[in-house]
Amino acid sequence: MSALASPMALRFEPGRVIAWLLLFGGGLLMVTPLAFMFATSLKDSSEIYDLAFFPAHPTLENYVTVLSDGRFLRWFLNSFGIATVVTLSNVFFDSLVGYTLAKFQFRGRYLVFIAILSTLMIPTEMLVIPWYVMAKNFGWLDSYWGIMFPGMMTAFGTFLMKQFFETVPNDFLEAARIDGLNEFAIFWRIALPLVTPALSALAIFTFLSNWTAFIWPLIVTTSKELYTLPVGLTSFAVESQVQWELIMTGAALATLPTLTVFLLLQRYIVRGVVLAGLKG
Amino acid sequence: MNVSSSRVDARSGARLWSGLGMRQKQVLWAWSFLAVPVLFYAVVRFYPTLEAFWIATTNWNLLTKPSFIGMANFKRLMADPVFWQVFRNTALYLLLGTPISLLLAFIIAYHLDRVRFLHGFIRALYFLPFLTTAAAMAWVWRWFYQPVPIGLFNNILAWLGIAQQPFLRSTTQSLPAVLAPAIWAGLGFQVVIFMAGLRAIPTTYYEAARIDGVSNWTILRRITLPLLKPTIVFLVVFSSIGFLRIFDQVYNMTSQTSSDPGGPLNATKPLVLMIYQTAFSSFDMGYAAAQTVVLFLVLLAVSLLQLRLLRDR
Repeated sequence: MSALASPMALRFEPGRVIAWLLLFGGGLLMVTPLAFMFATSLKDSSEIYDLAFFPAHPTLENYVTVLSDGRFLRWFLNSFGIATVVTLSNVFFDSLVGYTLAKFQFRGRYLVFIAILSTLMIPTEMLVIPWYVMAKNFGWLDSYWGIMFPGMMTAFGTFLMKQFFETVPNDFLEAARIDGLNEFAIFWRIALPLVTPALSALAIFTFLSNWTAFIWPLIVTTSKELYTLPVGLTSFAVESQVQWELIMTGAALATLPTLTVFLLLQRYIVRGVVLAGLKG
Repeated sequence: MNVSSSRVDARSGARLWSGLGMRQKQVLWAWSFLAVPVLFYAVVRFYPTLEAFWIATTNWNLLTKPSFIGMANFKRLMADPVFWQVFRNTALYLLLGTPISLLLAFIIAYHLDRVRFLHGFIRALYFLPFLTTAAAMAWVWRWFYQPVPIGLFNNILAWLGIAQQPFLRSTTQSLPAVLAPAIWAGLGFQVVIFMAGLRAIPTTYYEAARIDGVSNWTILRRITLPLLKPTIVFLVVFSSIGFLRIFDQVYNMTSQTSSDPGGPLNATKPLVLMIYQTAFSSFDMGYAAAQTVVLFLVLLAVSLLQLRLLRDR
């Protein structure tokens, strides 16, 4: 049977060709909304009613209009700065806590672990009201810190890092201890470099979720200078209802950075997302 | 004075430190690493969780002191027709979104797993929408749903000679119209997770089945799907929680300058949007907190169901 099976596998199979064509066509359909968004952002306002996919006279005028307004650039930088700071904080603290819970023996370790894990059961929507009250009392409303503070550490990241630190052999850490390194140096210089795949997965996930975050920045900010890009885009789009070419330009600006990074680092990002999704 | 006393402290501290055993030092290190995080989780996670339950039992507009009213908010919720409309909408997002997206993702992953030619490129096409910002994509889809001459979908319908559709302006079509971009954006994630699950199945099972001359359909039903159960359970729970918490798409696709989002006539309003409006448009904090407790209970039920399903394995 198996001797027969291999020449059969090499045979031209119409079923597989059809499956490939359907998959490919489906993939093209998936990116159609993105393609239309980019194509329309390059059209001038007289052209948007004509349904041709490609702009007859491609122009960057919409980008000039949107960016020269100044607000978009500000929102873009706000989002970038906030996502960066929150990501750095998560990478540091989640791995520090994950490492401590994985590699130290002390009373209360299990309790701390369960307590942190249990916060995964609480949806953030349940916490937005108390967070708002807290931000109001501390004067954090309408500030960068107000946008950032709820996400500075996550149970998801801690759990992910703990799982990876458990795979680091204790001998490595013992050897460093005998060499006289203090515990923080062991964490920072020995253990952390051994889990870089997990760190990059955590960084990608955290950055992406903060870059696209919507409900909390919408709640906590009131002045337009502090909006993040998604919130700014919403206010801009509601304002300019019928100017679809400008809305598409704004949407394109919100989408471009993540797509560019993805196209550059595709393999790592898919692997990181799978890693974070399955282990976390 | 200060300097010398602190020097004494430091010296006695150092003496204390060197007097400690290895294990005790380890414990001190561990708690010093955990100090800031434990404080963070207590202040930003645990206290607010308790506070949410407490606020749910009060009548509070943020300006005056909250007054305790027991279960009155929950009674009011049960009698609120808008809540039941919202509950129905949220259930529809879940019951339509999860099966449709998982079925599509599985079919795509199952076939993509066997494709060699341009595998990475096709995977990237499906994965790209996952990296987009929901708020931005909602506006692209909203534009597609516009009437002619602007909207893509109605133009295609006109070209095919099919009647024009109101989409976002209709009370029956608007919910699926809002759901579509949510399914679209999440599909790529589910496809790559399914493919990772498929890769984890040992090929010896397939080889054995093939030697026995078993059909592809039987292999799928008897080997692939049962071994994929952990992946399926994970994705069912993950996407269910996502659809139960849908907000960004609804807010952006239904907001008008003249009216609140969630329309027409609350036809698209999910629970999280009701919470948002009750808390931050009406500043009826107690009532909004009661709604968050309901959301919590629904999500808890879904998670517990997951644990049961995993244990049945």
